[in-house]
This record gives sequence, C-alpha cells and structure tokens, in this order.
Amino acid sequence: MEQNGDRVELRDDPLDIAAAIEFASDPKGGAVAVFLGTTRAEIDSRGRELVALDYEAYREMAEAQMRRLADEARKSWKILRLALLHRVGRVNVKEPSVLVAVSTPHRADAFAACKFLIDQLKAEATIWKKEVWADGSSTWVDGHGG
Amino acid sequence: MKVRVKMFAVLRERGGIPELDLELPEGATVAAAMEEAGKRIGAIVDLLPRTAAAVNMFYVKPTVLLQDGDELALIPPVSGG
Repeated sequence: MEQNGDRVELRDDPLDIAAAIEFASDPKGGAVAVFLGTTRAEIDSRGRELVALDYEAYREMAEAQMRRLADEARKSWKILRLALLHRVGRVNVKEPSVLVAVSTPHRADAFAACKFLIDQLKAEATIWKKEVWADGSSTWVDGHGG
Repeated sequence: MKVRVKMFAVLRERGGIPELDLELPEGATVAAAMEEAGKRIGAIVDLLPRTAAAVNMFYVKPTVLLQDGDELALIPPVSGG
C-alpha cells in the first residue's frame, strides 16, 4: 500500500528490487540508499545446512508499525521517496527478505534513514523467521538473529 | 467480557491454534489473560515469561487493563529482517 507517497508492505512474492529502486528514485534526489537483508547460508552445530527461512507476520500490526517507522523517518530526515518491504513465506539462501530504499537530496540522510528503518523494523516489527534445514526439520529463531 | 487472543510463530505452532476467545472478569489485566491462556493451552506455558503482548495492535505492559472486545496478541521475541 502507499501512504504519504511511501510504499510500505508485506509481500508474499519475491521482492522486485529494480522496481523498488525505481519507485524510490526522485528527480530532486542526489542519493538512493538501498538495504537488502538476505538469507545467509548456515551450518548448525549438528552439521545441518540451512536452505531457507520461513517468515510469518502479524500482518496488520507489522504493516502499521512499518508505516509509523516511515513517518518517523520522514520527521527526522529530508526524505523524498521511501520503500519499505518485507517478505512473508519462504525465502531461500541469498534471496532478499527485506528491502529498504530511501532517496534524499544528499547521501548522509539517505544512509541514516535507511539504517534507522532496518534497525527499528528488526527490533519491533511483529515478524518471525523459522530456519529450514536440509534434512527437512525447522527451528524458530529466538530473538534478533538477523 | 470477551477477549480474542491471537498467537504467532512458536506460540501458534506449539499451541496448535492461531487464536482463542477468553471470557474474563471485568478489569482483567493483560497478565491475567496470559495466565488464563496458559491454563487453556498448557503447551505454551513455558514460553509465556518471554512473550510480549499487544492490545489492538499496540505493544502494552502486562499491567494494562483489558476491555470487552479487545484483541490481545501474544508475541514471542520478534526476528524479522
């Protein structure tokens, strides 16, 4: 959904990175900062390989939280365009689960706003991930595993 | 009064249900509702000390009073990103 011209949403399908950057770009911008959080390959203590993360969300609350974060960022920095997207469902190794894209006239604000948004999203948003292992087993991540 | 309890992630999976309705006395706190949910769903009891709560989509403290029709979400440690 778009509010205040921002694109803030949970998505069930793969994130379209190029489209999000295009959305966040602005003629008055001198910078677009983009952060992608991706599924990192892991091997646990028992030698199992991680193949994917399964994301679940309390959707209505998470989207409301993400919109509030976007509004907060706009109060702190001179943001032109903003996209804040998070996946729900299965995200394979190397694929993005979260995307932040912020355009500003100057790069310092873009970096700062981008960092604020991803840090706060990870700390607050009602989203959970479960590690899916090659042997078919899975475990909920307990805390801010990243 | 009636309060709808929603559960997510490990709580939903352990408990085997995504939500349940609780009948609570007027003036019941969030903490009391969580205790009642634990009585109804024994499999989640050991997780409750590390579970946060949201009422009508805002995080609240356990001492907050519930009202009829509230939606109480039980929120295990979040791990988005």
